[in-house]
Amino acid sequence: MEKVVFKRPKYIKKAPFHYCPGCGHSIIHRLIAEVIEELDIGEKTICVPPAGCAVLAYDYLDIDMGEAPHGRGAAVATGLKRILPDKMVFSYQGDGDIAAIGTAETIHAANRGENITVIFVNNSCYGMTGGQMAPTTLLGQNSTTTPGGRDKDRDGSPINLSEMLAITKGAVYIERTAVNSIKNIRKTKKAITKAFKVQMAGLGFSLVEILSPCPTNWKMSPVDACKWTDDSVMQTFPLKIVKDETS
Amino acid sequence: MRGSQVIGEAAIRAGCRFYAGYPITPQNALPEFMSSAMANLEDGTFIQAESEIASINMVLGASMAGARAMTSSSSPGISLKQEGISFLAASELPAVIVNSMRGGPGLGNIAPSQGDYFQATRGGGHGDYRTIVLAPASGQEMADLTKKAFEYADRYRTPVMILVDGMMSQMMEPVIFPDPVNLTELPPKPWVLDGANGRPSRIIKSLILGTVEMEEHNWKLARKYETISREIADAETYMTEDARFVVVAYGTAARVAKGGIKRAREMGLKVGLLRPVTLWPFPERVIREMSRSVKDFLVFEMNTGQMLDDVKLSLEGRSNVHFYGRPGGIVSTPDEIAKVVSSLYYRQHLEED
Amino acid sequence: MTIKPKKGRIVIDSKLCKGCYLCMSVCPSELIVISAELNEKGYYPAEFTETNAGEDRKCTGCAMCAVICPDIAIEVYRG
Repeated sequence: MEKVVFKRPKYIKKAPFHYCPGCGHSIIHRLIAEVIEELDIGEKTICVPPAGCAVLAYDYLDIDMGEAPHGRGAAVATGLKRILPDKMVFSYQGDGDIAAIGTAETIHAANRGENITVIFVNNSCYGMTGGQMAPTTLLGQNSTTTPGGRDKDRDGSPINLSEMLAITKGAVYIERTAVNSIKNIRKTKKAITKAFKVQMAGLGFSLVEILSPCPTNWKMSPVDACKWTDDSVMQTFPLKIVKDETS
Repeated sequence: MRGSQVIGEAAIRAGCRFYAGYPITPQNALPEFMSSAMANLEDGTFIQAESEIASINMVLGASMAGARAMTSSSSPGISLKQEGISFLAASELPAVIVNSMRGGPGLGNIAPSQGDYFQATRGGGHGDYRTIVLAPASGQEMADLTKKAFEYADRYRTPVMILVDGMMSQMMEPVIFPDPVNLTELPPKPWVLDGANGRPSRIIKSLILGTVEMEEHNWKLARKYETISREIADAETYMTEDARFVVVAYGTAARVAKGGIKRAREMGLKVGLLRPVTLWPFPERVIREMSRSVKDFLVFEMNTGQMLDDVKLSLEGRSNVHFYGRPGGIVSTPDEIAKVVSSLYYRQHLEED
Repeated sequence: MTIKPKKGRIVIDSKLCKGCYLCMSVCPSELIVISAELNEKGYYPAEFTETNAGEDRKCTGCAMCAVICPDIAIEVYRG
């Protein structure tokens, strides 16, 4: 008697993803859908999608969605959660959205201990706009605005936002994971689950930073992009539990 | 109560249960008032945000959740909020924004001005949208128009600006407040984001990539603004029935102008005041009708000429339009306005029958 | 008593597949190859080699291919 071991989760709409081949967004959307189904919170969850490749997240995740201006996800999520403290509110943001234009909103939401979850998708570039340097672009990494590769003197070094947020007293759980391998995908799902549980328990601000391959703008094949995540990206952004004050 | 506090009290009574703001002179009394008012409510939220931008975005989120939400600032801070206001208009979300205008541009000064008229009525933010702009000219009107602001915002699903100046925010006048609304009796909002419990999931957004759909959306908003123009355009007239010369002014300028007009009337000049209460929608019809008997209008503003454009546009060349402006935070005296009015009156030979 | 090894099978929706080949890189038994035919979107989709295989097939339904597939193009069955 055959049984289905894997199929499209309930909270993912039928539309085919517009993301590039091998893009981490699609995997992460699916993990979020799986987690909210498993935690049975799909009918009380509201997502704040970003400006960026995932601006179209509302075409895929079948939950209430409220679009924020670029970078302001944490502030919009704050407004939503303060009015609806019993609902689950999370923002989904890229590295430019959260750590360039949205730095202040992110740090202060964490500092105030807003009871929201932030999903931070780190692909070390500005994907949607064509591969410009992002706050998390690696030194030496090529981008369309860093001829010759990111240079410390000219462009500054990449920023470790998760480590910065850990200093705030309101941030309770911050973990960095990746989706470049089966093992890491499973860890990411666990981290997302934990982050949502932190919110459900009313403990404070939670964030999961997910290293996500961007084959198109890194100019690699998807398989190579996954390898590059291991070999290079993780040197600057190591996978770890950055902060955990839940126990 | 100071003007800022009047707006705060009126907002609470109108059902405002979310306020996010940032300190900036000359309107700090409003966030300060809201901080204690919200603390005294079980269901009130006050956040002193990290920036002007953060506060308008918190209001965006609270509005998505169905709350009557408000923010406030003064000129430079309102500049920062423009993206958020554009998003509110585009996403068809209600919100109230209070601007206490000060000297500008740039850092300017903290004295009262009317230099943000263009910013308020011409958008300020990007794209094809309009913001309803209400201009009170007294403590009582600040209370009454604040209540209207929340009603209009909800009714039309659009941002509403209450435009005062530094003087209005500080002045103290007796006020009778309307009764507090019963939140449970407010009209329901079937579009809010509160979790898709037993209903299909909803999306509130302003991104519309398809040009055909975007054009439809733009025209939909335009039709809404036409409806708003028909339904709420408002102005007050003072001694205009037999006037040959009418001063057009709003807010503090209108208060000063009224004093000037009283003095001019004592001198026998047939002068009146037209005071727009809604700056957008601008009360064009009132001005156009008045132009049948009034051939000279004097626009008096505390800036270098902004509402002037709307008066000219409304008249379409039917009457003469003169201008007198004092920018930079200067507040004219009634005598000054009386002098300007009378010298123009005689120059236009309006004393002749 | 002998323990029968679990048998599985997968179905790849070639319309959704974008030819990223991450599934190929994780299949422990190397049962996925690149199709010789383009799909509608212009990709050479991944193809399961054991679609018509019988009881002697190697697929165990571990689902690693589906877990890493960004486009949820793979359904996995076991039994």
